Amino acid sequence: MANIDTINKDFADLFEQGKELLSNGSSDCMNKTREKAFVQFQELGVPTRVNENYKYTNLIPAFDYPYNVNLRYMEVDVDLNDIFQCDVPELDTNMVLLTNGWYYGNNKVLTELPEGVIVCGVQEAAQKYPDIFNAHYGKYAKPEEDGIVALNTALAKDGLFIYVPKGVVIEKPIQVVNLLRSDRDLMATQRNLFVIEENAQAKIIVCDHTLTHHKYLSNSVTEVNVASSAVFDLYTLQNQHLNSVILNSTFIRQDKHSNVLTNTISLYGGTIRNNHHVLLDGEHCENNTYGMYLMDNKQHVDNFTSIDHSKPNCLSNEHFKGVMDGEATAAFAGRIYVRRDAQKTLAYQSNNNLLLSDDAQINTKPQLIIDADDVKCSHGATVGQMDEDALFYLRARGIDEKEARQMLMFAFAHEIIEKIRVEPLKDRIDALVDTRLRGEISKCNTCALACKN
Amino acid sequence: MAKEEQDKILDEVTQSDYKYGFVTDIENDDIGRGLSEDVIRMISAKKNEPEFMLEFRLKAYRHWLTMKMPEWAYLKIPEINYQDIIYYSAPKQKAKLESMDDVDPEIRATFDKLGIPLDEQKLLSNVAVDVVMDSSSVKTTFKQALAEKGVIFCSFSDAVQEHPDLIQKYMGTVVPIQDNFFASLNSAVFSDGSFVYIPKGVRCPMELSTYFRINAENTGQFERTLIVCEDDSYVSYLEGCTAPMRDENQLHAAIVEIIVKDNAEVKYSTVQNWYPGNKEGLGGIYNFVTKRGICEGKNAKLMWAQVETGSAVTWKYPSTILKGDGSSSEFYSVAVTNNHQQADTGSKMIHIGNNTKSTIISKGISAGKSSNSYRGLVKVTKNCEGARNFSQCDSLLLGDKCGAHTFPYLEIGNKSAKVEHEATTSKIGEDQIFYCNQRGISTEDAIGLIVNGYAKEVINKMPMEFAVEAQKLLAISLEGSVG
Amino acid sequence: MLSIKNLHVSIDGKEILKGINLEIKPGEVHAIMGPNGAGKSTLASVLAGRDLYEVTEGEIIFQGKNLLDMAPEDRAKEGIFLGFQYPIEIPGVSTVNFMKTAVNEHRKHKGLDPLTASDFLKLMRDKKALVEIDSKLTNRSVNEGFSGGEKKKNEIFQMAMLEPKLAVLDETDSGLDIDALRIVANGVNKLKTAENSTIVITHYQRLLDYIIPDVVHVLFDGRIVKTAGKELALELEEKGYDWIKEENGK
Repeated sequence: MANIDTINKDFADLFEQGKELLSNGSSDCMNKTREKAFVQFQELGVPTRVNENYKYTNLIPAFDYPYNVNLRYMEVDVDLNDIFQCDVPELDTNMVLLTNGWYYGNNKVLTELPEGVIVCGVQEAAQKYPDIFNAHYGKYAKPEEDGIVALNTALAKDGLFIYVPKGVVIEKPIQVVNLLRSDRDLMATQRNLFVIEENAQAKIIVCDHTLTHHKYLSNSVTEVNVASSAVFDLYTLQNQHLNSVILNSTFIRQDKHSNVLTNTISLYGGTIRNNHHVLLDGEHCENNTYGMYLMDNKQHVDNFTSIDHSKPNCLSNEHFKGVMDGEATAAFAGRIYVRRDAQKTLAYQSNNNLLLSDDAQINTKPQLIIDADDVKCSHGATVGQMDEDALFYLRARGIDEKEARQMLMFAFAHEIIEKIRVEPLKDRIDALVDTRLRGEISKCNTCALACKN
Repeated sequence: MAKEEQDKILDEVTQSDYKYGFVTDIENDDIGRGLSEDVIRMISAKKNEPEFMLEFRLKAYRHWLTMKMPEWAYLKIPEINYQDIIYYSAPKQKAKLESMDDVDPEIRATFDKLGIPLDEQKLLSNVAVDVVMDSSSVKTTFKQALAEKGVIFCSFSDAVQEHPDLIQKYMGTVVPIQDNFFASLNSAVFSDGSFVYIPKGVRCPMELSTYFRINAENTGQFERTLIVCEDDSYVSYLEGCTAPMRDENQLHAAIVEIIVKDNAEVKYSTVQNWYPGNKEGLGGIYNFVTKRGICEGKNAKLMWAQVETGSAVTWKYPSTILKGDGSSSEFYSVAVTNNHQQADTGSKMIHIGNNTKSTIISKGISAGKSSNSYRGLVKVTKNCEGARNFSQCDSLLLGDKCGAHTFPYLEIGNKSAKVEHEATTSKIGEDQIFYCNQRGISTEDAIGLIVNGYAKEVINKMPMEFAVEAQKLLAISLEGSVG
Repeated sequence: MLSIKNLHVSIDGKEILKGINLEIKPGEVHAIMGPNGAGKSTLASVLAGRDLYEVTEGEIIFQGKNLLDMAPEDRAKEGIFLGFQYPIEIPGVSTVNFMKTAVNEHRKHKGLDPLTASDFLKLMRDKKALVEIDSKLTNRSVNEGFSGGEKKKNEIFQMAMLEPKLAVLDETDSGLDIDALRIVANGVNKLKTAENSTIVITHYQRLLDYIIPDVVHVLFDGRIVKTAGKELALELEEKGYDWIKEENGK
């Protein structure tokens, strides 16, 4: 096995040798941020388990592989719009496709978006809307704290840009489909930027899929700025094959009176690491961070979350639930910071796990770091099995054991699904989770939203 | 009440002085500052130790040299110069003590001041006491009465001389010499401590107690406690700690090892009140302690109860390895930090045996500019069936300049495990204080009431004599405050 | 006994009480009624010394002493008792311990020795019987896990223990079923003497069927807009508060 130094050196070489390709087509703003991030990456490297934040996820096997890296957009030989037509009843979305981290060149024009809303590639946004782009790009992600975020920032060329102007409400959710489709093993880097202006509202649904059975490593970073009184939802569905590695870092900054809900649902995947950072940067913010993971085989999922209360009078709710079967391993780290003057903070966090097999493993570390006194914070974590009394109760009513177990597991997971604020999506995910828990991979295993393929 | 007045009361009640800060003027036998193999040989020689002890020490020392002092995210500790510490200091005594009259009157006076009577006739409560001053045991009471039951309770040094087989068999089996930086250091230089051995089937007829006192300047205290409970035996053991007020920081790095066999039970209670430093954070004890027990036999029980109010920096995680099937362990802790104190404490419960149970109840109280962290681990190994853990870690904040942090780790590798962790952080509510005020209770008394109520669950687990002392100590170090 | 003159009180710069005048003599029962938000509870809290409120003008003289200069616990020891609208839960502190501390503070104030444990327990027993409070409640932590009715009974029990000169009962009837209301009212009546006075703050007239007031005041928009005998309470019950609002041009 290559050691970590070799991996880090390979990236350094890639950066040096591909310098021209990397900067080509990117704006000055991106390239400046890139240079700085590369220096930071050289200091940090790919995180190893010595790093407390990666104690339970070993990234070396994920990185120790000869991936191809695309430093420019590769044309797609078929029309992906034909492949992806979402057929979820009543779920009417504005759909956008990305392939291997790049904004898809043949995306349909979204005709139903309200005036002033921008949905385009990051590269394009940097050229066409520099004022907006430069004010936000690289302002929320923290490459100085995490090697993979630094690596993303150093290699980022494209991704999705969404801008919702002041006061505009996008009623129809924007559905983002990230496709990994390649004829070779691939490492993809994707960089998204969502800017939700004052009093605006938007809901974004992100689905990650692998279309071909090559080995993938996807390293994406999403920055979101939610201005005052804005409302923003972000639903992420992770549904990849077992040979994929997903590193997904999200940085959300909230201004005063804003309301954000995120729900990260990991249905399937080889190795998944979600870094979820929320900065409550104005008073009276509300943040709801939810997540669910259903893992079996040798899958590994690690949800690392940080909710930073830096201003007073904010409320945060965090709840992650997991069901672990087979030889799956899961980790959860929830960190709530309450800064010195963030008085009247209310912060709640909870992580519940069901272990179904002898070989599954869960490591959880809920953490509270509190430097203000007038706060109410709590966290809880549980690991356990199904409630035997409830199981018996159901069986006593004539429900067979298998079905009763299924019902209880579903009820366990449903608590998270319930938090989805898009009705048709909620129903769809209920159905997906039900089939997933029955041990069947959803028939439509390339698209969590059951699109034709 | 106006805010300023409240702040004033807060200051007054949270800044009451350290009561045990006097220095006793006794002659000490020390070996000068610094650490080297020669120093270790000298310590060993002074104590007239058998060869295996010297080997143990040297092995630990050589390992220690390869280690670095650990760093912690939420502890700020200035660099410690390990060559500037006196590693051996004992009160000078002429010969071995035969009776109470032989104890240096100054030492007796010291312990009288601390409220610890060394005189057996004067002892009202049924507690046998071993007293360790600086690094040496000065007096063990009730030795004779205990010996009749076959209970061995003596200083570690005496045990090395009189029961070398037991020491050799058990020392370093629970906390190996390479365990951590401070454990290695202790293993190299420890000078004394207590040894307890309870034979099979014996219920120790009285509480055993050790009082630790750091007196001399520039010394580090490195004591070592070893408790072995044979099958079906029982003992309740208490330790208390105090130190004089000095401007420089002093190092205390202790090891406690406990071995609990089939159906045996150990209760280990601590009231730790080392000098915490002054209000500006000058001086105080650095308290780095490795305490670990193993429930080796089936249905073995180990309980830790601690009230921690002292030390400038506390770093300790009393832990239990639950190896025997059906064994259980409980950890009850109240940690109070005030002024500039820092505490990083908690517990580890390692579940290996089937149907093992553990409970962790930790209550942190932070005031002033202090920082109070809970750090704990509950681990259920892959083949451990039916493990059960419940942890509750609550933090109470008094004032807006302190911090409370909670870092639990849950590592669960077996599906039959049931593990629950809960934590809350809150402050003493102004409305609670006002309610008390309205009934005629002053703010200080109200805070005292509430803090003792908050800590009650833990204090109730302590033996009676200690519970009273612990309660008083809470009142002294922190009658409370409201921000 | 109590004399309030031109009392103005603000919270966060917003004026709640806008010039209250009130005289209470020993042995009198005064009812203060008024719609929600009139300032009734504010008045109660100010009497007890809650520091959330700022007194901007006026004075309160209690038995010849300036009340506004005193800390809440000193007011309590001088004989003011507030029956809280929402009694506070204090986890871990038993009612017995709580009351023992309070009673002995009161005794110290009067220059008396603390009660012995047995005398204290006897006092508790007597007072419990007087106010018909369930024995087991006093063994639990103060108000923790109590039902609304139990909390209110506990307030009256504490009042019996502390024997105040002036009891201010803030919405003691809110959320009480009729049986609990009767017990609470009986307790108050039994504690009544020719020397002590009571202020009953309530929204509804019902409580006043059980605790008969000598004087009824209507508090509206921070002022006492009407004062009369107990018949005023019945009139309010019949007509509601709207006519008061109309009369006062709101």
